[in-house]
Amino acid sequence: MFENLAKRLESVFKNIRGQGRLTEANMREALQQIRNALLEADVNIQVVKKFIADVQEAALGQEVLASIHPGQQIVKIVHDELVKLMGEKNAPLARASKPPTIIMMVGLQGQGKTTSAGKLAVHLKKAGHKSLLVGADVYRPAAIKQLEIVAQQAGAEMFSLGEHADPVETCLMARGEASLRGCDTVILDTAGRLHVDEDMMLEARQIAEQLNPHEILFVANAMTGQDAVNSARQFNAALPLTGVILTQMDGDARGGAAISLIEVTGCPIKFVGVGERLEALEPFHPERMAGQILGMGDIVSLVEKAQQVVDQEKAVQFQKKMRKGDWDLEDFLDHMRQLKKMGNMSDLLQKIPGINKMLPQGMDMAEDDLKHTEAIILSMTLKERRNPNLINGGRRRRIADGSGTSVQDVNALLKEFQKMKLMMKQAMKGGKGKKHGRIPRGPMPPLPGF
Amino acid sequence: MSDTGFFSRLKNGLGKTRNGLIGGIKRIFSTNDTASLEMFEALEESLISADVGVETTLQIVEDMRKRVKAEGIEDASRLYEILKEEMTALLTQSEAGCDWRCEGEPHVMLVAGVNGSGKTTTAGKIAYTLAKEKRAVVLGAADTFRAAAGEQLAIWAERAGAQLVRHQEGADPGAVAYDTVDAGIARKADNVIIDTAGRLHTKVNLMEELKKVHRVIGKRQPGAPHEVLLVLDATTGQNGLQQARQFTQALHVNGIVLTKLDGTAKGGMVIAIHNQLGIPIKLIGVGEGVEDLQPFNARDFVAALFD
Repeated sequence: MFENLAKRLESVFKNIRGQGRLTEANMREALQQIRNALLEADVNIQVVKKFIADVQEAALGQEVLASIHPGQQIVKIVHDELVKLMGEKNAPLARASKPPTIIMMVGLQGQGKTTSAGKLAVHLKKAGHKSLLVGADVYRPAAIKQLEIVAQQAGAEMFSLGEHADPVETCLMARGEASLRGCDTVILDTAGRLHVDEDMMLEARQIAEQLNPHEILFVANAMTGQDAVNSARQFNAALPLTGVILTQMDGDARGGAAISLIEVTGCPIKFVGVGERLEALEPFHPERMAGQILGMGDIVSLVEKAQQVVDQEKAVQFQKKMRKGDWDLEDFLDHMRQLKKMGNMSDLLQKIPGINKMLPQGMDMAEDDLKHTEAIILSMTLKERRNPNLINGGRRRRIADGSGTSVQDVNALLKEFQKMKLMMKQAMKGGKGKKHGRIPRGPMPPLPGF
Repeated sequence: MSDTGFFSRLKNGLGKTRNGLIGGIKRIFSTNDTASLEMFEALEESLISADVGVETTLQIVEDMRKRVKAEGIEDASRLYEILKEEMTALLTQSEAGCDWRCEGEPHVMLVAGVNGSGKTTTAGKIAYTLAKEKRAVVLGAADTFRAAAGEQLAIWAERAGAQLVRHQEGADPGAVAYDTVDAGIARKADNVIIDTAGRLHTKVNLMEELKKVHRVIGKRQPGAPHEVLLVLDATTGQNGLQQARQFTQALHVNGIVLTKLDGTAKGGMVIAIHNQLGIPIKLIGVGEGVEDLQPFNARDFVAALFD
């Protein structure tokens, strides 16, 4: 029962594919299966009902065409309807014509508002904006302290009147504070609140009325169930929401709440949270999400991310060195860190079509290996890194002790490094003038088999 | 722990409106006189809306249909009573003691769950409640990852009058756990409560780290931890079952704390969790106040589910 929605739909389509044409009977079974799959994915039942009706209508209208590939036809219909439901294109953040742009984060408790505020600051920083994070959660113990640390990690400014102040007052003061500190963006981190808590909803409304934010983002967790519609509906009724941030998309929840949230609020999902690091925030792409739901992978995000993170200049330099065969462990370390910046290996792999959610359990272990490798190289002197031939028995022992690994580990790394160097050199040489066996000229040389 | 009914608290409502709940299960049975196809369909929808899940819902509805047929029940209100009794009976097995005492040594509790489910708050509230019973409590801040998690627990420790063991941010959570148990033994504490960092059950590394924390506790005090609580957010949908399954595999969870039941979410996924994994629900959270963490009561829970 708890197999992936994509897999489930696949088997539905397979059933239909086997049959010559789309009849009402096999449509009904398929639609029933789609309904159950969507419900298991936590899409709200009322939303599902509407969706199924839409798909049915769309499918029956096309039936007249007497399609040759009914399976593909229905994949397309379901995909298109999902995309339509989730909003056709990725929606950017609003910017104020006259700074500061004010962004207000709202939501239930424990959805990830504070972390998302930090992530937004990091995201905006990349676009050249300077953010002021405003601590307006006076209820949860140490929430303001948490924001302070997050702001520091994000390289953003932080402001709060403290937990004994009125949150509305704090937010009001923040505007002036922003211009004082030269911030063009203000991000209000409000307390988590229940949609049925009238006093707390009133407080949020006061903040919104007083500051008139350009964005009011509803932060919700991808694991949310049927109740997503209730909380979202009431937040949307109390506040003029402009968008949604869907957090914890890096787990195995199927995230059907996304569909419910969009349907109820009429707001686009602007970002998704995909990890615990502050860089782990991505724009939401309805096309991709629908594709992901239908098991088509998400290679586009991967490519974009690689381009964003990898220092192009360094990559070119590394390639040059590699071509000549004169790269050393220092280069290797650098290269590895670039890769690491791209995020958790399993996150990455999940974006590759076909591997989607079928990763073996050992994937996170590869990350551990990377950590060990890094530790070993860091335990070498610069001289040793530049010239690994220097590393004799005594040095190996010292390096092993220093990195908390064994001499065998150090040996294995050195051997692997030599082998790789040789391999790369040969590959590069072989590549000259020949099409065969050439390493592609992308920004990323392949990762050796550690 | 105190056991004033949470149902009445919910109904009387903490100054909160609960108008999101029109059309509950109770209503279905009161608007239908006899058992009909429409009634079963409405029941199915309501159970799914309460996050009970497709499979469990279909099972419940099918069982009801069979009984209607076999016993010739026509009266809808009679059917409602049967459903309520059966579900209460099913979940009553889930009621379990929350005494948390060990003879001659500290009782050690480990609190785990995904990010944002309410672990730190739960650990703090349990500490507060136990301390009020004049027990000596030591809290351990083994969430060394989230910014200011230690501070948050420190505030709870102060409120509760409990001792706190805390390392620096980024420290090894296993070391914190070890030191906490160590302090508990040295200070002859009655209860040791260790708060851990939130983690998604799919992150293999982080789950390994949690296993290590568990092992380390057992090394310092054989037989400990005596209680492993999984904190689940009631607004969670079907992923709750996956969470329970993975955390149980890693830690032998022996109790569930269902938090945030004071919203409009019903927490129906615990039925599947109880059904499939047999983990009892020990506590429920119905508000932000210290007194809002309460022992689980099957009758009240089902009443709230159907209301």
